[in-house]
Amino acid sequence: MMTSRALHGPARAVVIGLGLLVAWQALVMATALPPYILPDPLRVMTALVVHAASIGRHAAITLTEIVLGLGIGIALGAASALLIVAFRPARRWLLPLLVVSQAVPVFALAPLLVLWLGYGLASKVAMAAVIIYFPVTAAFSDGLRRADPGWLDLALSMDASRLASLRHIRAPAALPALASGVRVATAVAPIGAVVGEWVGASAGLGYLMLHANARMQIDLMFAALLILGAIAVALYFAVDRLLKRLMPWQPESSPAED
Amino acid sequence: MLVDRAATAVSVSVAIVGGTCTFGKATLFRDLDLTLAAGSWTCLLGPSGIGKTSLIRLILESTRIRGQTRAIGTGVVACDDGHPLRGRVAYMAQRDLLLPWLTVRDNVLLGRRLRGEAIDAPARGRADALIEAVGMQDAAGLRPDALSGGMRQRAALARTLFEDRPVVLMDEPFSAVDAITRVRLQDLAATLLRGRTVLLVTHDPLEALRLGHRIFVMAGRPARLGEPLHAPGNPPRPVDDPGVLALQGELLRRLAAAHS
Ligand SMILES: Nc1ncnc2c1ncn2[C@@H]1O[C@H](COP(=O)(O)OP(=O)(O)OP(=O)(O)O)[C@@H](O)[C@H]1O
Ligand SMILES: [Mg+2]
Repeated sequence: MMTSRALHGPARAVVIGLGLLVAWQALVMATALPPYILPDPLRVMTALVVHAASIGRHAAITLTEIVLGLGIGIALGAASALLIVAFRPARRWLLPLLVVSQAVPVFALAPLLVLWLGYGLASKVAMAAVIIYFPVTAAFSDGLRRADPGWLDLALSMDASRLASLRHIRAPAALPALASGVRVATAVAPIGAVVGEWVGASAGLGYLMLHANARMQIDLMFAALLILGAIAVALYFAVDRLLKRLMPWQPESSPAED
Repeated sequence: MLVDRAATAVSVSVAIVGGTCTFGKATLFRDLDLTLAAGSWTCLLGPSGIGKTSLIRLILESTRIRGQTRAIGTGVVACDDGHPLRGRVAYMAQRDLLLPWLTVRDNVLLGRRLRGEAIDAPARGRADALIEAVGMQDAAGLRPDALSGGMRQRAALARTLFEDRPVVLMDEPFSAVDAITRVRLQDLAATLLRGRTVLLVTHDPLEALRLGHRIFVMAGRPARLGEPLHAPGNPPRPVDDPGVLALQGELLRRLAAAHS
């Protein structure tokens, strides 16, 4: 089972990639749209090669923003969840704040963040961190609160302090819940970074796309989009792999499910 | 390694007075009194769902310090030496409650970790000796998901014995193992817990008669405890001990009555 799945993973990715290319080419031929609306794959690949250096530079910046945003957002989210569960007053004050932070459309914050933190990395990192903060906090605090009461009884018989049972029982028990929060975060963090770049930036793939769009370099815009997608997908699978490695006790659903 | 500290352990008796436990509209038991005699085994039998586990948990909850609310019932739990029960009780629940992210050895050592005590060589040695005593030496490094039900239960038993407490509460500790292993584990527990104050919940009359000094049958709703049966001689008694055989009929009669 394991080997056949390991073989199929990359093979499937290639098949999906080729399928999308074919569909794209077919769409271009069927609609006969001009290249400045929908360029064909070959044109985009050419743009990719021609602008490789520039795309690479911008991609590195966007990737940095995403990774930093992820790190900061996850750290803040996990810390808030621990605080909420460990201290009752924290729950009373933080919880409403959290809900409000979600009720306000976070993208509306982007111009403010740029205003406050400038055109550089900081505002994009902040944007990514802000949009992943809530899913991480919610998932982890949920997991922390749902620890098996039997375990807590056991901890009671072992004279565990609240802090000790939080550290040795509830936190590890909530790691799988945190992991699903982190997966969501990984999927949405690129959105935060790119939105930040759209609002105001002088570098990054989002900036490059806007810039190319304004100059009608649609093939370049598509090339940047392609790389952005590749980064997002690669990041997601890398994080997913890492999380599974970190939690080997977490049962996988059976491979027969699909 | 498995130092028998029975001689040095000061035994303590634990009295539950006015134990009451209600879930929704159902009152499992009300004003129930039970004294766990110092240094002896008290066995508790009764139909499924009568409230045995709830009674054990009521005793355990009494060790909760102020501010930790989630309470299962009310009642006074007091030790005859006037000191609190907290810090002197080991608990083996009906479910094994092994932590899935820890190996068997680390599960056995959990108490030390939770108390912030060092996991040093002597502690590790004692854990390994207990793991071997329950026949799990080959699985000491495995995580619970790689164990069978009976193996998990044996790991939980090792963890309970490792705690080395004067009062031990055990909820069906040998229910998931085969008959021969069960007898062996009963012997082990009886030896290692000699001189401790033990409350053992079980569905197995033979087990109660082998291990118990006093045997209670819990029956009715709200549940009551009848007069205890007194088993003669020192546990662990042989399975064909005449005293055991003589009481078996009486115990089964009481259990049958509890079911009607
Ligand atoms: N947390 C709970 N909430 C609601 N009802 C509960 C709870 N815990 C136990 N009960 C109910 O209390 C009753 C007694 O449960 P308990 O676990 O004490 O039985 P038991 O005597 O240990 O049974 P068994 O021999 O099957 O283990 C059951 O009817 C159960 O449904
Ligand atoms: Mg029970």
